[in-house]
Amino acid sequence: MLKDITLGQYFPGHSVIHRLDPRTKLIMLVVYIVALFLAKTWVSYALMLAFLVWVIQISTIPPKAIVRGMKPLVMILLFTGILNLFFSQDGRVLVHFWIITVTTGGVSRAAMMMARILMLITGSFLLTYTTSPIALTDGLESLMGPLKKLKVPVHELAMMMCIALRFIPTLIEETDKIMSAQKARGADFENGSLMDRAKALIPILVPLFISAFRRADELATAMECRCYQGGEGRTKMKQLHYHRNDFFAFGIGGAVVLAVVVLGQFGL
Amino acid sequence: MEPILEIKNLSYIYSIGTPFEHKALDNISFAVHRGEFIGIIGHTGSGKSTLMQQLNGLLKPTSGTVLLEGKDIWSDKQLTRQARFRVGLVFQYPEYQLFEETVYRDIAFGPKNMGLSAEEIDRRVREAAGFVGLTAEQLEVSPFDLSGGQKRRVAIAGVIAMEPEVLILDEPTAGLDPIGRAEILGNIESYRRAKNATIMMVSHSMEDVARLTDRLLVLNGSKLAMDGTPAEVFTHAEELVDMGLSIPEVTQVFLHLRKLGLDVENVYTIGQAVAALKKIRGGAAHA
Ligand SMILES: Nc1ncnc2c1ncn2[C@@H]1O[C@H](COP(=O)(O)OP(=O)(O)OP(=O)(O)O)[C@@H](O)[C@H]1O
Ligand SMILES: [Mg+2]
Repeated sequence: MLKDITLGQYFPGHSVIHRLDPRTKLIMLVVYIVALFLAKTWVSYALMLAFLVWVIQISTIPPKAIVRGMKPLVMILLFTGILNLFFSQDGRVLVHFWIITVTTGGVSRAAMMMARILMLITGSFLLTYTTSPIALTDGLESLMGPLKKLKVPVHELAMMMCIALRFIPTLIEETDKIMSAQKARGADFENGSLMDRAKALIPILVPLFISAFRRADELATAMECRCYQGGEGRTKMKQLHYHRNDFFAFGIGGAVVLAVVVLGQFGL
Repeated sequence: MEPILEIKNLSYIYSIGTPFEHKALDNISFAVHRGEFIGIIGHTGSGKSTLMQQLNGLLKPTSGTVLLEGKDIWSDKQLTRQARFRVGLVFQYPEYQLFEETVYRDIAFGPKNMGLSAEEIDRRVREAAGFVGLTAEQLEVSPFDLSGGQKRRVAIAGVIAMEPEVLILDEPTAGLDPIGRAEILGNIESYRRAKNATIMMVSHSMEDVARLTDRLLVLNGSKLAMDGTPAEVFTHAEELVDMGLSIPEVTQVFLHLRKLGLDVENVYTIGQAVAALKKIRGGAAHA
């Protein structure tokens, strides 16, 4: 069922991680990704992994949910791994076959790249799993606030993102419903040539677009009826404030980056 | 006589194995005989729509079987596909599934998928349009230019055109005005008579099911709570109220009359009420 896709889904909860300011979590994700790219050795990877596991643990997100979210990305992961296997020709030769040479250097590089991608994705999952889409857009809007000076319509962009996120589950549900209705009339989405299958999408896409436009129209009317006006002079019901935990988080994040850099200096 | 549909110990769980797991149907068994008109009632979320989607093989039971003329519809792929055509399902708010450029082509979608000949498709489209009262001119317009009630009828015609032996309708009159409702119910009745079809209809209107159906299935909290004629089901007024359902207004009036000491039998439709009242008046005149 389409609904079971968990990529980027919010898991409501009350853990310390859930309660962090969304801006803190966004900044920490960026810091974490930078640290991942600074890490060059297995020791620093182990440190990053330990940090990640610790955060998952206190976030109370079931590890199963993270593994399930990975499923759609298995292909990308494998592709990266295989590509990197041949990228490096250092070290001892393990397999030599026709024009293919696999060395210990290649294997270690492939493993490292895959670990990096896995940890990167897990980190981003932690953000979307512990932060509601609304809080996330609020955080983004606030962080991008300075861009307003450059006439970037930050508030409007945040509002658009917020609405888009809000309607993803609705549209998925709607797609499910329309698909079932057309299947009841004998539509077949699984068999036939590529052309047939592309054609089979028309009975889904047309009603889906019509309903999306109708919803957009209704939403716009409802917003106008409530005199919505974005940007200048608009205040928020929930103001974002940094708390003690946020400063702790920044401290810990900084320490991890520092440790990775120092380890790098020692060639570890 | 062998039942056309038989449901045995059917259970269904949504999103099994995730935190959102939900048991929507719990050990349901019943049989449907040819020519029956069955009403399905139940509170919101009791599993009516889920049950309907099991009957034509759209959802696969988590456990239990659905037999179409004695054969398990999931035993092979061909049978599942057959079930889609022989058991026609009209969804809730079916007007949102229209997609073709003309009404004619939209109604023809089902028959085309069945692989019928062009002449046969043409015959079926025109006949189905007739059942729901669409004119020949309306067949050539875009379905999106029609009113809500007319769109609903196009969508129903789209399923009728497959000439299903069992026609299932999920709240076909939801959101329509009284005239529109009466017309749709009339359309369903005329299809049933013309093809001797079996009808199953989900409805929230106790008046409609009391008047039209031979048999009622009552769903409550994923379970089949009652199965019987409207007369039998509506005698359990209190239980129905506990399930968040009601009984026809005229039945309520007569139950109250009985409580007040008047010697009347239970009635479910206006027709029966009139007959019952006439009888009392006749009796009083004799006395
Ligand atoms: N796709 C789905 N995924 C998960 N749960 C679902 C899904 N569809 C329905 N449910 C749940 O299953 C239960 C039964 O739903 P169903 O649609 O069958 O109810 P219903 O009796 O048709 O209600 P209504 O009268 O509102 O149409 C509900 O609790 C609903 O939340
Ligand atoms: Mg329903």
